[in-house]
Amino acid sequence: MKKHDTPMLDELENGPWPSFISGIKRLRDTHPEKRINEMTNDLLGQLEHSYETRKGYWKGGTVSVYGYGGGIIPRFSEVGDAFPKSKEFHTLRVQPPAGNFYTTDILRKMADSWEKYGSGLVTFHGQTGNIMFIGSTSDATQHFFDEINEYGFDLGGAGPCVRTAMSCVGAGRCEMSNINEHKAHRLLVNNFIDDMHRPALPYKFKFKVSGCANDCMNSIERADMSIIGTWRDDIKIDQAEFKEYVGLKGRKHVIDNIVTRCPTNAISLNDDDSVTIDNQNCVKCMHCLNVVPKAFHPGDDKGATVLMGGKRTLKIGDLMGTVIVPFMKLESQEDWDKLVEIAEESIDFWADNALEHERCGEMIERIGLVNFLEGIGIEVDPNMVGNPRESSYFRGDGWDGEAVKWYERADAKDKDTA
Amino acid sequence: MAEVEVKKEKKQMRAPIETGAPDGFQYMHPTMRKNFGQWKWHDHPRPGVLRHAAKSGDEIWTVRAGTQRILDVFTLRTLCDIGDKFADGFVRFTIRSNIEYMLKDASRVEPLIEALEKEGFVVGGTKNSVAMISHTQGWLHCDIPGTDASGVVKAMMDELIDEFKNNDMPNRVHMTTSCCQINCGGQGDIAINIQHTKPPKINHDLVSNVCERPSVVARCPVAAIRPAMVNGKASLEVDEKKCICCGACFPPCPPMQINDPEHSKLAIWVGGNHSNARSKPTFQKLVAAGIPNNPPRWPEATAIVKRILSKYKEDAKDWERINDWIERIGWPRFFELTELPFTKYHIDNWRGGRKTLNSSTYIRF
Repeated sequence: MKKHDTPMLDELENGPWPSFISGIKRLRDTHPEKRINEMTNDLLGQLEHSYETRKGYWKGGTVSVYGYGGGIIPRFSEVGDAFPKSKEFHTLRVQPPAGNFYTTDILRKMADSWEKYGSGLVTFHGQTGNIMFIGSTSDATQHFFDEINEYGFDLGGAGPCVRTAMSCVGAGRCEMSNINEHKAHRLLVNNFIDDMHRPALPYKFKFKVSGCANDCMNSIERADMSIIGTWRDDIKIDQAEFKEYVGLKGRKHVIDNIVTRCPTNAISLNDDDSVTIDNQNCVKCMHCLNVVPKAFHPGDDKGATVLMGGKRTLKIGDLMGTVIVPFMKLESQEDWDKLVEIAEESIDFWADNALEHERCGEMIERIGLVNFLEGIGIEVDPNMVGNPRESSYFRGDGWDGEAVKWYERADAKDKDTA
Repeated sequence: MAEVEVKKEKKQMRAPIETGAPDGFQYMHPTMRKNFGQWKWHDHPRPGVLRHAAKSGDEIWTVRAGTQRILDVFTLRTLCDIGDKFADGFVRFTIRSNIEYMLKDASRVEPLIEALEKEGFVVGGTKNSVAMISHTQGWLHCDIPGTDASGVVKAMMDELIDEFKNNDMPNRVHMTTSCCQINCGGQGDIAINIQHTKPPKINHDLVSNVCERPSVVARCPVAAIRPAMVNGKASLEVDEKKCICCGACFPPCPPMQINDPEHSKLAIWVGGNHSNARSKPTFQKLVAAGIPNNPPRWPEATAIVKRILSKYKEDAKDWERINDWIERIGWPRFFELTELPFTKYHIDNWRGGRKTLNSSTYIRF
């Protein structure tokens, strides 16, 4: 095997950060399988060619496994004649366990399977959240999938379908957790497994689950349906711990870093170094909990806020998710069923009403939030808006009836809590 | 005969087991399983190390390390060997592709760190550090990349490694890179993304064979694409004045080549923040464009990122993310401090863009 010269890529072997180029070269130079040596050699050759010409040379196509329509990103080289051994270089998107937990045993098992069939390159994880097995021929994808599917791993989404979901470390390790993130993750995505494996939706649909408003999964920015843990009773305060913190850091530090950073001015530092929170105006932003995790804790009445419609620029511009459910409990079977039902109603309505290649948030932008809410059977709530309408042009034909509904709902709520 | 063969072929195909997302519980450290939902507090004994304490009194130690993200099986096995020898064989990966080792015995934390560093991994990335840059596939695998995000990230992390290993920033810095404006790398405190600056070059001979023209027309955000007959062939044309060079037409129609070795530039965006802490989540804003797409090490982009980081480090208050910092000091001061030019291209003219203008007398002198 003649090794391609890679003078530009070699530059990326310098410096202290671990080098992916060195890793690919290890496969080329030291892997016992000739197939892998040759494949990674040609991969390096094509990559060097891209660096020289500043252009990419992969094109898509159609590759899947038996019974599925998606889950694989097909890549065929446009310069395959020069680099024949890597001319088919597909990625298999594989769903990670909720919370991204692994044992070294299962990672080794995956490594063993992957080097039997693929290039030996893998990423934990891609930006949607998949394990990315990068570099497989068309023939090998089926064999690799069959093998890992036998020990519990399944393909993720690619194309216009429900995509692989993400959830944070959550209740597994984090005291900020307000829900069972991993249950929400698996319940939602596994309920739509047919919509994931057989792409037939208007465009992609992503679920992301974060256990608190720090939203480590970037769900408001990136997810079509975002589930974020929160609580609705009082924040828990360990006054002894708080006083110790004040003693350690000083009152000025506490005022500058905690009191004045509260977005709703809900924190008072008392003269005796204890703290008082105006709980009614606390928006559960998480800042004070982040600063003094030993003194502040989420309350007991935990649940989730659900937002919908987050996405990046293409096509109409960036959209954040919008609050659809201000608060719901996620404890009883009934609660969980309700969450799944909201997702089902939303995906059904979106599938029926979206234009081709239109994300859920874009559809909401086009038809208005109210039409979407009516479509999925959810009542309006002032928590859904930053502020009420500013434009004076509207028709209020049904105003009186809507006002009555509001009072009826308020009465029902009073009875509920009585 | 042929029919018989097809049947035989079908029989041999294995039906998939549609298990979906696996249960993470089976791979979770027993201490974490035992204390699931019962954690009390955490602290941060040193950069790269977290200690979580449960209500039961149990503790779990986490050591976080940065890797090259695109792992070869040898590297993956090395990471596993270290986990077996010094931790308890339980790991996870963060959203920014760092590996985390979880272990019960605090005395093994230092030997674990030593073993990781000996193998070239970088311990850090926790709290107020510059976290690992989350990034996209680039020339290694993407079909529409304007650059190689993996290479940009490697070159930048080489220079930012001390900021990853230490906690010298006012708050955490999440960076992202993307190889096109679709921005798969996502929002970041600092984002480095390719910016196309010229409309697509169309190969009219191929369009009618390769592209479904109505869906390409529909894909354009500014309605700049229309069907046209060119040289007697059904093709598409682009109103080049309207075109915003986003590249959205390229994936459904590869003959509309958007990638251009000369005119694809890097742009830098700041102030994207996913968290609700202190203020509502924010999208990133443009601060610099026209930066050369200069492999293999992209020094021009790295220099600007370092300049922004050093001013942020100097001037921001504790706990201010980059968006919080700029919100306090104002955009004019940001451009002054970072010595970046403010141009007409910084003023948003997209739909709803008027809301980003200053409609007040709030001006800092």
